[in-house]
Order: sequence, then structure tokens, then C-alpha cells
Amino acid sequence: MSALQALAADTVHGSIGSIGYGLAAIGPGVGVGIIFGNGTQALARQPEAAGLIRANQILGFAFCEALALIGIVMPFVFGT
Amino acid sequence: MSDNGCGFPAPGLHSFLFKPLFTVGGYDFNKVMLLALITTLLVITFFAAAFGKAKVVPGKLQMVGEAGYDFVRRGIVYETLGKREGEKYVPLMVSLFFFIWIMNIWSVIPLAQFPVASVFAFPVVLAAVVYITWVSLTFKKHGFVGFFKNVTGYDKTLGGVLPLVMVIEFFSNLLVRPFTHAVRLFANMFAGHLMLVMFTVASWYLMNSWMVPAAGVSFVMTMVMILFELFVQAVQAYVFVLLACSYVQGALAEHH
Repeated sequence: MSALQALAADTVHGSIGSIGYGLAAIGPGVGVGIIFGNGTQALARQPEAAGLIRANQILGFAFCEALALIGIVMPFVFGT
Repeated sequence: MSDNGCGFPAPGLHSFLFKPLFTVGGYDFNKVMLLALITTLLVITFFAAAFGKAKVVPGKLQMVGEAGYDFVRRGIVYETLGKREGEKYVPLMVSLFFFIWIMNIWSVIPLAQFPVASVFAFPVVLAAVVYITWVSLTFKKHGFVGFFKNVTGYDKTLGGVLPLVMVIEFFSNLLVRPFTHAVRLFANMFAGHLMLVMFTVASWYLMNSWMVPAAGVSFVMTMVMILFELFVQAVQAYVFVLLACSYVQGALAEHH
């Protein structure tokens, strides 16, 4: 056990994983917001390119969302 | 079933393990394999029925089949690979798309209610098929040295940072790419299934005395999650195939 873990074990109790996941979800949340915000803006500026914009929007959404989902899955993989 | 003090049967890894239905020669055959098998047969029989006796003026079934086929062909393959080079890869991408989509849809179908892709082996094999395809294509197209130039993003104009870029690109393209390709599909389906199980179990668990309103909320959330999952399932199939196409495109691209 590293020093940091020993310190954490002494001071932090309860469902730490949930807090960790909450923190981890901030990044993908911001990312998804940026993608749909800019996607909507792009659609408003150039409605004739709707198909291309939507495809890239969904691709970016999936990239971002995957990070949050990996956060959900990791405790099951590495947790005991 | 995990014991967390209040008796709530929280979903966990055990929600993804099934007892074998029967055993053939040491191999257990469980519900997940059954669903995968049904999916395979479903996709094959659907397209065989739709295009087995293709007519110039399509019937109802052929119409649906053509709509699905054309969606993948025009919407994904032509957009990324172009009309001339893409045509060869349409069958692979169409099969991948519908196979993954139907595998995912099992998540919300009563009695089945399990996304096959949330068992990691299935996305791994599908990602491996795509990986082998684009790696062998790159070898065929560019030769041995060209292959490494292609996957490391070799570009003389980068100058001093070139070694760094090459190392990063090498790892990102050859090792991280297939991993994330499989994990993206797996994690989406895994998390989606967990959500559905959690809200479903919660609406049953909260059905006592004064907690009934909470059970109602949980039930509504189950319905909302089912709708969201239907969207996510289609998006994940779409993204998987779109990425497969862009990898193939990267393999076919001339280096500049």
C-alpha cells in the first residue's frame, strides 16, 4: 500500500468510488456539451450541411460518452 | 447478490453471468450465445428473404431491406470511403451494422433483455475482424516499409518532433485503437444494461408502504432509460461501423 493510499484509508470513508465517478464524469459532460452546442451552431449557420454535421456530431458524442462509460465499467474490472 | 445492509439486490457483475442452458463436449451453452446465434440467423434470413428473389419493382420486404442496406451504403461507406473504393466494403459494413444493432436491441426485448455486446468477447471479436481487415489492407497497399510509414504517420516536414510523433502514432494506431474500438461498444452496452437492471430492480424493491411514489419514479426512469437505450444502441452500431470505415480509409489513403 502506498503512502497516499494509507493516508486515504485513514481519513476517507464510505463510497469513494461514487465520488470518483462523479468527478470523472465532469470531463465527458463538458465534452458532450461542447459537441452539441457547436453542432447546433453549425447547423444554424449552414443548414444545408445537416447530414455531414450530424454524422460528425454523433461520432464526437460517442467518443466523449465512451470516457464516462469506461468510468462506470472500470470499478467492475479492477474492483475487488 | 451483494449484501449491502438493506437487502437491496444491487446489480453487478453477477447480472452478466448466466447458468449454462446445456453443455456440449465441455462447452457451456448459455443465454448470451443463444441470443448471438438467433441474431446471426435473423440477419441472414432477413437479407436472404429480402434479396433472395430481388425484383426491379421491390416488394414490401425488399423495400425495408433496401432502405437498411442503402442507409449503411450511402450514409456511412460512401461518406467516408467514396463511391469507387467503398463499394467493395459495403457487404462487410452492412453485416457488421445489422449484427451489432440486433445484438444490442436484445437489451430491451422482453424475455431476452440482455445486450449480447455487453459480454466483452463479442465486441473484441468484431473489433478484431476490422483490425485484421485494415492491417492486412495496409500491408497489401503500401508494402512492409509503407505499412510502418502509414501507421506511424511518417511525415518528413515534422523535423525534430518526428520520432515523438511516430512513437505516439504507433501506439495509438496499433494498440490503443482496437482496444477503444471494442471497449466503446462494450462499455455502452454494459452501462446501459446496468442502468436498466438498477431501475427495474429498484421499482420492485421500493414497492412497500410509503416508498411507493419512489417506486413510481423509478418505473418512469426505467421507461425513459429504455427509450434512451434504443437510441444508444443504434448510435453505437453506427459509430462502430463509421470507425471501421475510417480505419479502412486510413489504410487505403496514399501517404503524402
